Amino acid sequence: MKKAYLLLADGTLFEGYSVGYEGQSIGEVVFNTGMAGYQEVLTDPSYYGQVVTMTYPLIGNYGINFEDYESRKSWVSGFIMREIAEHPSNWRCRLTLDEYLKEQKVVGLAGIDTRRLTRKLRGEGVMNGVIYTEGFEPDEQAVAAMKAYVVKDAVRAVTCEESRTYPAEGEQKYRIALYDYGVKYNIERELQKRGCEVVTIPALTPPEEVVGRFDGVMLSNGPGDPAENVEIIANLKKLLESNIPIFGICLGHQLLSLAIGAETCKLKYGHRGVNHPVKDLDADRTYITSQNHGYAVVGGSVDPAVARVRYVNLNDGTVEGVEHVGRPVFTVQYHPEVCPGPMDTSYLFDKFIKNIEKAKGGAQ
Amino acid sequence: MPLRKDIHKVMVLGSGPIVIGQAAEFDYAGTQACRALREEGLEVVLVNSNPATIMTDKAMADKVYIEPMTVEAVQQIIKKERPDSLLPNLGGQTGLNLAMELCESGFLDQMGVKLLGAKPDTIAKAEDRQMFKDTMEKIGEPCIASKVVHTVEDAVEFTREIGLPVIIRPAYTLGGTGGGIAYTWDELREIAATGIMYSRVDEILVEKCITGWKEIEYEVMRDAKGNAITICNMENVDPVGVHTGDSVVVAPSQTLCDKEYQMLRTSALNIITELGIEGGCNVQFALHPTSFEYAVIEVNPRVSRSSALASKATGYPIAKVTAKIAVGYGLDEIENAVTKKTKACFEPTIDYCVVKFPRWPFDKFVYADNTLGTQMKATGEVMAIDNSFEGALMKAVRGCEIKLDSMIVPRIRQQTDAEVKKGVARTDDQRLFHICEALRRGIMTIEEIHEVTTMDTFFLHKFQNIIDTEKALATADAVDAALYLRAKKMGFLDKTIEQLSGKDISAVKRLPVYKMVDTCAAEFEAETPYYYSTYDEESEVKPASGKKKVLVLGSGPIRIGQGIEFDYCSVHAVWALQKLGCETVIINNNPETVSTDFDTADRLYFEPLTPEDVTGVAAAEKPDFAIVQFGGQTAINLAAHIEKLGIPILGTPAWSIDAAEDREKFDVILEKCGIPRPAGHTVMTEEEAVKAADELGYPVLVRPSYVLGGQGMEIAYKEEDVREFMQVISRNKVENPVLVDKYMMGREIEVDAICDGDDILIPGIMEHFERAGVHSGDSISIYPSINIEQKHKDTIIRYTEALAKNLAVLGLVNIQFVLYNDQVYVIEVNPRSSRTVPYISKVTGVPMVDLATRCMFGEKLRDMGCGTGLHPESDHYAVKVPVFSFQKLRDLDTQLGPEMKSTGEVLGVSTSFREALLKGLTGAGFQMKKKGAVLISVRDSDKQEAIRIGERFESLGFDIYATSGTANVLNRHMVATNAIRNVDEPSPNIIDLIESGKIDYVIATSVKGRHPELGSVHIRRTAVERAIPCLTSIDTASALLRCLEGDVKIENCEMVDINKI
Repeated sequence: MKKAYLLLADGTLFEGYSVGYEGQSIGEVVFNTGMAGYQEVLTDPSYYGQVVTMTYPLIGNYGINFEDYESRKSWVSGFIMREIAEHPSNWRCRLTLDEYLKEQKVVGLAGIDTRRLTRKLRGEGVMNGVIYTEGFEPDEQAVAAMKAYVVKDAVRAVTCEESRTYPAEGEQKYRIALYDYGVKYNIERELQKRGCEVVTIPALTPPEEVVGRFDGVMLSNGPGDPAENVEIIANLKKLLESNIPIFGICLGHQLLSLAIGAETCKLKYGHRGVNHPVKDLDADRTYITSQNHGYAVVGGSVDPAVARVRYVNLNDGTVEGVEHVGRPVFTVQYHPEVCPGPMDTSYLFDKFIKNIEKAKGGAQ
Repeated sequence: MPLRKDIHKVMVLGSGPIVIGQAAEFDYAGTQACRALREEGLEVVLVNSNPATIMTDKAMADKVYIEPMTVEAVQQIIKKERPDSLLPNLGGQTGLNLAMELCESGFLDQMGVKLLGAKPDTIAKAEDRQMFKDTMEKIGEPCIASKVVHTVEDAVEFTREIGLPVIIRPAYTLGGTGGGIAYTWDELREIAATGIMYSRVDEILVEKCITGWKEIEYEVMRDAKGNAITICNMENVDPVGVHTGDSVVVAPSQTLCDKEYQMLRTSALNIITELGIEGGCNVQFALHPTSFEYAVIEVNPRVSRSSALASKATGYPIAKVTAKIAVGYGLDEIENAVTKKTKACFEPTIDYCVVKFPRWPFDKFVYADNTLGTQMKATGEVMAIDNSFEGALMKAVRGCEIKLDSMIVPRIRQQTDAEVKKGVARTDDQRLFHICEALRRGIMTIEEIHEVTTMDTFFLHKFQNIIDTEKALATADAVDAALYLRAKKMGFLDKTIEQLSGKDISAVKRLPVYKMVDTCAAEFEAETPYYYSTYDEESEVKPASGKKKVLVLGSGPIRIGQGIEFDYCSVHAVWALQKLGCETVIINNNPETVSTDFDTADRLYFEPLTPEDVTGVAAAEKPDFAIVQFGGQTAINLAAHIEKLGIPILGTPAWSIDAAEDREKFDVILEKCGIPRPAGHTVMTEEEAVKAADELGYPVLVRPSYVLGGQGMEIAYKEEDVREFMQVISRNKVENPVLVDKYMMGREIEVDAICDGDDILIPGIMEHFERAGVHSGDSISIYPSINIEQKHKDTIIRYTEALAKNLAVLGLVNIQFVLYNDQVYVIEVNPRSSRTVPYISKVTGVPMVDLATRCMFGEKLRDMGCGTGLHPESDHYAVKVPVFSFQKLRDLDTQLGPEMKSTGEVLGVSTSFREALLKGLTGAGFQMKKKGAVLISVRDSDKQEAIRIGERFESLGFDIYATSGTANVLNRHMVATNAIRNVDEPSPNIIDLIESGKIDYVIATSVKGRHPELGSVHIRRTAVERAIPCLTSIDTASALLRCLEGDVKIENCEMVDINKI
């Protein structure tokens, strides 16, 4: 068994054994607390530029199947777990996790004290690191590059080049433009299920190509610092001038918030897992949500005349969702499309559809 | 929503005596609930018949009623106390059923009592088979093809539609009593008949058998606002077919992908929402192993054994939160007590693996049927935490106190390949070890084992990893650091590594580190020091507070002979130490208990109680002292090791414990004190035993030393008996000597005392109703004694004092005496806490554990305000009645003897002895039928006394039946008796008579023997299976008669608040 390592920016070294692809890879080291769902995590474009650590110790138990991908490939810069299952068991299992990581050229590290790493990240915040296999030791230059690393141009890296159309399931009722900032397949599936033809469009598609041609706009999740997407934010401002119903998820929520003048900030160690409680202040109800974000909208920065914070995180009070005043527009920081995670908030897609219906009705 | 304004006084129902299927988990739940309610300033009225519990402690509730858990008794208490609400969902099935009955009869409405937590229609929807099915159908949740029937004929007819095999589940029973899987038509008829009989409403469910599907459980919670969350999911290593209480269970699920996990989670939340449950709830699913098809097996609308496990597995206090929800709070308003930073409205996530392993009673009950099915048989369980499945499993196995350190079972090692394969195919308590042996020998592949057992290959590969490590150790030239670490991560003890490798490992040995259980996988900083060991890099043990630190050893899994009472003692020791300003560290591995609650001790180590595991904790914590006398035999067995570690033991020293057990050393002390004991010898072999018995004269008492609960102890009336018992003892690999004593059939007396080194305090002298020969745990016990003359009491006090001093007792001591021919003999001395400490503490008001703990710190009894010598006798009688779980253990002889068989106990308390006895018997489940028929079949030595018993039943108007020998004697003495044919005679015989339903009581003391094929055993088993009270001692029959003869009824008894005694 080959050794593998994680070297953090502060000099801490973790030694374990190599799984998946052998090599060297730099990224922002983060942790995810979900106990199942590693296949969806690996293929979620929001993890672009990140080395993901799973806090649950037994990973790969049910292998990899061909149905649960959330995008066409894996985007993580590295994958860390305590123990990888050599003999997965599940009726849909087609590959072992090790085989998949090799195929996707994801450098993996297993056998380390993942709790120690997590506690470190919790205490000091997300940190850059380099993950490497024995024989791929980083030289000084690589270490310097690691320390200087920032996730940049992330949306450009993950968005599609051309638009793709997904037919509605059953009778087609609506046409939705889905801005791909790093979209997960299940957003498409949730809309298709509800009678929508979904056209997934590149992140930089000008709003003029959308307004008037679609019944609603969906803004997807995605990776990186939201504030760097200046062009997209400008586009969204324009989009907001129309009265088209919009629903934004995760990065989509952050970008739309920036478009109305709010600010975003980086969280110390983010929210990555499937157990985050979010309170709907209007309904006095709390939902368990799936989350994956390192940035958040600053609470006080949302202009109440334009929009109000309707959803907050019960643990740390951060903004989890915004409802626009007088417009059929709302966004959430968490992932109602789940995969992985609890399906408790999928009703938000229904809400989006209702907004569309209302808008259509008004137009007629 | 904050606290409801209309709630001020809440009645909490406990779960009654410990029986298989309902153990200490409800003491844990009830205790948490009482504390949570009192935190809110509510007045709490507690009812529980089980005196060994912590929840019935004076300090736990404002009013504490140790009264029978029957409608009549609880109605009386409600009338007296007038609570405004009733919390029914923390007292197991017993509490829930009782609440339902009170509610259905309209009594609660009449009294203006609100039912909290669960509405009656909610309970009915979850518990009534047909309503449950309809409800599931309504919300589109799949159930298994099934039908509710009330007759055997209907069961057969429905089975013709769906095909064999089918599962029979009786309605409203706990632990699946009376249920089973029928593979043939004969089996179907038999099980259906039994099931209908056991059901409270003569109702069974006939269900398509889905044996082999994955069994997955979800623990979910919901509040009145509709917030619904999952606490934990669990996967049974044994697929559907084995009761979850008898399954090895792992948390979280291991073989489910996110889609499957979320599918079942959503289903569980839909169900709890539809049922409108407010509080905790358990949902069991069967998941098809090769598709997304699933079925809801069962919903428990209350906290359960699984919720106790989920609480301990995640750190999330389900019972406490359930109580808070019941009085009005929303999940989003309740604090997460572990992190103190987040709210209770979130889903715990864990970063380790939890394995639960059942503790079965088959080491004691060697003739009982040890196959596992839908009826639970385990008396308790252990839980283990590690960051690998293998490590957790190995911890669980060695912590289970079944004489195993790993997956290697010496007896199975010696079996032939054919026997091993047969063992793999037989679903019993040994199957897991047979699987490991098959893998070890390579005689079956993982695929083959999967075919036979339907266990998921994921788990089989894990077992293979353990076996591979065994082999790597056995073949290694040297155990280097890497191999050592691999073995440690797999859960091997140092001594096992040494044994397997035959190598010295001192150079590579290291201690574990300790990680924290924090509900959130380290995402937030946690406040509660709840730890488990791993072989990792970083330890999270918090620095010492600077206070004196005391290590308290817990008592491990609940088993027959060592029950919840030792947890009571351990917890009280912790509380006493905290009052003394100490920092407390507890080690225990029983998830059902209060001692393993995260806020009981200052630091909790969820670890097995073995020398090596204790060494690790001691090294991490560096305690100033240790206490061993409260954790039963489990802790006592570790005393010598603790001393070796250089940790001073508070209280009675280790040598004294040894002296009390070692025949020769003990004889020296007795001689010095001039105290007589029944003559006896210590032997090592069968031949020596026979010789000793000849010398002493029969009958003799044969027992292994260093055991608890009279394990392996038997009365031998003849040589064959001695030989049989010795063979059983040696089969269990007992290395300690065996004691053969003269058996004296006198009155048994028991004393618990506290000694401070100078003075003693005896809170009370207890007298047993049954004569010596019946284990003290199985006897009806009376306090204060009613038949002991003052001169004997004086002798007992004198002996107790002498023994306590000469054994250097500091703390508690339990002594058993026998009064025989007007002389007091000592039978046994246990320099530790005992089964009777909780109830005597409660009835006398002497806080025994508290006083004992203070004695260890040098305080003197005479300064503590409870006096010395014999404590003044209470004006209340307390009658302790044992409770058995015979219905669940097929083929077990119910004959009482020196080996303990009861699983729990109840107490009856009253100023009148007869009332106390009635309450005790009623609480233990006797129906007190005052007319009908009694069947008597007694051994020769009991025949004279049977005459009086017969006369008394006759004068009550009972019809009397007896086997020929007994009938002759009775008829000759003018007791009109119908003679009936014995078991070995042609039908219709005694068995037919019992099965006819004509008989209301059976008194069967005849021929001693344990083999299920013996006639007398057959009689007793038939009675048990027909739920007919079967008395196996003349004395017990006499106790029952005393109650039947009086005109006292529970309805007329005064209900006693023990806080007022």
